[in-house]
Amino acid sequence: MNADYLELSDVRVTFDGFVAVDGVTMTVPRGDLRFLIGPNGAGKTTLVDAITGLAPATGSALFGRTELLGRKVHRIVRLGIGRTFQTATVFENLTVLQNLDIAAGAGRGPLTLLRRRSSVPAEVEEALETVGLVDVRDKPAGVLPHGQKQWLEIGMLIVQNARVLLLDEPVAGMSAQERADTGELLRRIGAERTVVVVEHDMDFMRCFADSVTVLHAGKVLSEGTVAQVQADPRVQEVYLGTAAEVGA
Amino acid sequence: MDAVLGQLFAGLSLGSVLLLAALGLALTFGQMGVINMAHGEFMMAGAYTAYVAQNVIADAGVALILAIPLGFVVGGVMGVVLEATLIRRMYLRPLDTLLVTWGVALILQQVARDVFGAPNVDVRAPSWLSGSVDLGITQVPAARLFILGLAVVAVTGLALVLTKTALGRRIRAVVQNRDLAETAGVSTRATDRLTFFIGSGLAGIAGVALTLLGSTGPTLGSNYIVDAFLVVVAGGVGQIKGTVIAAFGLGLLQAGIEYSTTASLAKVAVFALVVVFLQARPQGIFSVRTRSLA
Amino acid sequence: MRRELGALIGFAVGALALLVLAPALLSDFRLSLLGKFVCYAIVAVGIGLAWGRGGMLTLGQGVFFGLGAYVMAMHLKLADAGPSGVPDFMKLYGSGEVPGWWEPFRSPVVTVIGVIAIPSLVALGLGAAVFRRRVRGAYFAILSQALAAAFAILLVGQHATIGGTNGLNGFRSFFGFALYDPVNKRMLFYIAASTLLVVLAIAWQLYRSRFGELLMAVRDQEERVRFLGYDPANIKIVAYVVAAAMAGVAGALFVPIVGIISPASVGVVPSIAFLIGVAIGGRSTLFGPAVGAIVVAWAQTTLSESFPSFWIYFQGALFLLVVAFLPSGLSTVASLRRRTREAT
Repeated sequence: MNADYLELSDVRVTFDGFVAVDGVTMTVPRGDLRFLIGPNGAGKTTLVDAITGLAPATGSALFGRTELLGRKVHRIVRLGIGRTFQTATVFENLTVLQNLDIAAGAGRGPLTLLRRRSSVPAEVEEALETVGLVDVRDKPAGVLPHGQKQWLEIGMLIVQNARVLLLDEPVAGMSAQERADTGELLRRIGAERTVVVVEHDMDFMRCFADSVTVLHAGKVLSEGTVAQVQADPRVQEVYLGTAAEVGA
Repeated sequence: MDAVLGQLFAGLSLGSVLLLAALGLALTFGQMGVINMAHGEFMMAGAYTAYVAQNVIADAGVALILAIPLGFVVGGVMGVVLEATLIRRMYLRPLDTLLVTWGVALILQQVARDVFGAPNVDVRAPSWLSGSVDLGITQVPAARLFILGLAVVAVTGLALVLTKTALGRRIRAVVQNRDLAETAGVSTRATDRLTFFIGSGLAGIAGVALTLLGSTGPTLGSNYIVDAFLVVVAGGVGQIKGTVIAAFGLGLLQAGIEYSTTASLAKVAVFALVVVFLQARPQGIFSVRTRSLA
Repeated sequence: MRRELGALIGFAVGALALLVLAPALLSDFRLSLLGKFVCYAIVAVGIGLAWGRGGMLTLGQGVFFGLGAYVMAMHLKLADAGPSGVPDFMKLYGSGEVPGWWEPFRSPVVTVIGVIAIPSLVALGLGAAVFRRRVRGAYFAILSQALAAAFAILLVGQHATIGGTNGLNGFRSFFGFALYDPVNKRMLFYIAASTLLVVLAIAWQLYRSRFGELLMAVRDQEERVRFLGYDPANIKIVAYVVAAAMAGVAGALFVPIVGIISPASVGVVPSIAFLIGVAIGGRSTLFGPAVGAIVVAWAQTTLSESFPSFWIYFQGALFLLVVAFLPSGLSTVASLRRRTREAT
């Protein structure tokens, strides 16, 4: 289990000559709630794309001893790396339960797939509890409010047994109460997992981050606890104009 | 040697026909992500325009020259009407649009049958296009040379419009990033409509050209449309040069394979080659790269 | 639960109509006609699976229909010619010798397997090539259509070995039963109708299984499914192959019922025409595609005889309007109305 961490070294992503991620090296241990921040265009989402096989990258991204780069998207997922997207993407025509059931089933054989779901798998029940969607389990996911959709996505990551969770702006567009609930949720599930949150919301970061990595122009600018990062003059410089917000 | 040159010219000629048929299609597909199955019927309308022109004007040459701009306008107007009445309303459902335009195609074919009769009609080629031209090394039919020239003119014209005019800049902006273009003050509605006019107009010109190669009937367009689609798929969207390369590539391939086997086997082989080609380049020869997921 | 009950009632009504009422009420000629429509309905169920549930707009089902039909037609021609005999048209147009690739279809067993396996393998090959490379949407639709065009052209070109434009026709018997005998023609109808019910049952099981949920998930959010650890290509390939197999079976039944298969029944236009009934009936419903296909084919036969021009306008306009403004088909109008009534 101590091999359960994410280790990036010299990850590089280039689009048609434009270097989006320029040699990122970072390690996220298990149980760490890591926030990934940086100005627009810093390469945060692209870095997540690289780890999850969506953007072609060089360098190395190890999960334990397993190299992730160069594998197909769905293979990387099966190794235990899960992610969400900036806009909540759930299956709107399927119920909450069906959404979770599909997420739980990547390892199912053809015979199980061709049968009907006869009972709710235990891990799905558990995830419904954890993300607080028990009451709406039979509703189509499309009718859920935005916050609940994001929680459903996180629930899907839990049932698909993700060891590493890469969340892209999970609280964007949420109310203050929803943000607080989401933070608590991340704390709960983060204890046994490795969680990386890409976020713009500085208040949210200050409340819940265990550690922070600041990206700028595709490079790691600073890394440490919230206090350390906030005190870093280079970070303040990059956020000039928004510096007040970080330093406040 | 002569046979090889002849076959090479046959390939270029077929390529130019495919290019004329596919050019407008690639434009509208690139711009709106919509496959217009009625594109072939716009070609058919262009062909009947040439037929009507010849019935009104006695001189075949004058009629043909006049039919080219007329065909452009006829095709273009039909395209704009289709865009305004149907395609605009279904912008978010590109696959359904494909089917709807097929329904339109079905109706347009029947209109042609009811107006011009089911049997094919013939357009006389002007005398200066009915013979052969001696290129020194080989003899080629003048009509095919004319179509090749017409295709070159059409591509050059479209390229000039796209690169040199304000409309062209707007079109390219919308192709690359529709939302951004809209935020930047480009009226995507007006741009869509003009694109459809030009793209469908090109179909009309293609139809006029086709009257030089054979007789004209209600299903004229559907004979060419599948090949035109293959050109668009293989060429990729967003850049004219992809369409040009794909059209001549497929034309030469077809002619080359035909030379050693039969026309029908060549068709099958070309299809198989396009599928194999898409294994290497799923988005065609050229594509506009975007950073979004979907 | 209510949906389960609805499906069971649907099956009961379908079985009653096809297996009891139709044979009792229709003349031999009309029944045979209905048998032909039932074949179209079998293709339609497959299209509902691939397109309605899976989002794959397949414009080339005529290829699979044709493969099944030609395999069956070859067998029937060989069987009519007798052991080691030569089909009549080959003596007329060909070298008078049976080509080697015809020979396996002398065997009824090979034929029945081939009817299902050959379309499935072609679909598997094309599906694996395009879906794995994430060729989809309009690109897939165009490729499937080009396949239909290429297939029809290939058939037209092979006059001596596969009948060219004429196709294969003039069958005298079906697995030993004389086709001129009205009793045997009725038997063929029962076989086709039962096959439709079986195909519907297969579709039903697929729709209510986890696979069905997954297929809809792939249709709506293909990339999201990938990020759950599945390869969406595999799911799409399965649905596409099943749809192809259904079309192949339909083609094989079409041949003895109609008595001819020719390139005109398998090319680009008939391939898209298969979609009309599916769209009108409701592409993602269980019974909609089959009912739509039968109704449209029936309307075409009755109306196009007396008003050929009007029928094409009507068909084109109906198809256009349904796809544009009622994408889930006519069969959902009732439930839509019920829902609005409940809402108010």
